[in-house]
Amino acid sequence: MIDIIQEYWQAYLWSDGANFSGLAITLWLLVLSIAIGFVLSVPLAVARVSRNRFIRIPVWFYTYVFRGTPLYIQLLIIYTGVYSLSVVREHEFLDMFFREGFNCTVLAFALNTCAYTTEVFAGAIRSVPYGEVEAARAFGLSKFNLYRRIILPSALRRALPYYSNEVIMMLHSTSVAFTATVPDLLKVARDVNSATYASFEAFFIAALLYAVIALSLVWLFRCGESRWLAFLKPQAA
Amino acid sequence: MSLVDYGPLIASGTWMTLKLAILSLLTSVLIGLAGASSKLSGNRWLRNMATLYTTLIRSVPDLVTMLLLFYSIQIVLNQVTEGLGMDQIDIDPFLAGVATLGFIYGAYFTETFRGAFQAVPRGQTEAAMAYGLSPWQAFYRILFPQMMRFALPGIANNWQVMIKATALVSIIGLSDIVRATQDAGKSSMQLFYFTVIGALIYLFITTVSNGVLIWLKHHYSVGIREAEL
Repeated sequence: MIDIIQEYWQAYLWSDGANFSGLAITLWLLVLSIAIGFVLSVPLAVARVSRNRFIRIPVWFYTYVFRGTPLYIQLLIIYTGVYSLSVVREHEFLDMFFREGFNCTVLAFALNTCAYTTEVFAGAIRSVPYGEVEAARAFGLSKFNLYRRIILPSALRRALPYYSNEVIMMLHSTSVAFTATVPDLLKVARDVNSATYASFEAFFIAALLYAVIALSLVWLFRCGESRWLAFLKPQAA
Repeated sequence: MSLVDYGPLIASGTWMTLKLAILSLLTSVLIGLAGASSKLSGNRWLRNMATLYTTLIRSVPDLVTMLLLFYSIQIVLNQVTEGLGMDQIDIDPFLAGVATLGFIYGAYFTETFRGAFQAVPRGQTEAAMAYGLSPWQAFYRILFPQMMRFALPGIANNWQVMIKATALVSIIGLSDIVRATQDAGKSSMQLFYFTVIGALIYLFITTVSNGVLIWLKHHYSVGIREAEL
């Protein structure tokens, strides 16, 4: 174990000498896909609870498809499937985009996490106490201001515990990135495995690093919850 | 298109995925029940072991655990057979898949069942004891049917996640839906088309299981009155 750590610790953590690799790539994938997913999911969640069914149903269909199929298949469709289409290869920009495994991975991850996050936020918007909405209407807030000042601040806070689950699921999902030749943490572990045949040690180090990240995320979200959800805490007598 | 030619291949892949998912579900439910009982038991060692198990498994990605177990079990087995002077036994990827998926999702089921057992009012077990039911009878006739109602949302969730996790076993060499559609796509040069077919099969499975779970929810909620808002 010790000699593997001594030889490969740099590859596991951030660099294989020439390029970024390992934990750095895993975290970068996570941050990118979570950020894109979050930005897209807030308007989509508002659309998901819309009373107009031509707005609501397309969003429902999107989340239904992306939550009903495995991320691995989605990645395969985007990475190998789309690039096998001649239309894509003949188009200059699309060819450039889909040739890179990293772009495909981020696209697949962002679309996937956005679908789950949309449902989380939509559920939170639906559970905003109706009194708050009625009070806001009585004060004459416009629809936009109603969402901006009342519904979204309250819903996003209440969604925090469920959102933290989704972020941790996404961290775990980043491990399929190696199938698209992205040098993430699991790819490094597989390379170490094939170079040293020390399977247990190679994967155990990766598992340990994933666990450390997951537990620190849990801790971070706990801190966030105690700050932003303080008003939901049981009152001390 | 050439769907007819590759139909049997894809059908056998689908059957493999279903077999794998159902057997892993059974394994993980059993592990989950055992884990939940240890977490709620009075024995400190059992409790700590179960906590360690659920914390570790749930914080590591399932694909990493899968590869870790798959490769290391083979190596340990090789050492054992070598020590005994026997021929090498290759682990059947199917059994390895069931064992690892069952072991991983057992941790999630442990948490589901623990919460559900705790949600059943204590008076129910006490009343069962007062009527002279044996511990097994009390579990089977009183605790379990009531616990299921609380556990169902969690079970539904775990099952949907697990179905999707089976897609990863093609990485350890099982010919499931993913592998079958990839093979069909590569040999017919229609990779996009066949991968989409694979996705549609998964979508069909998750949709059907959603229906079954809604039916189960009604079944286990008989006699429960909910507040009408």
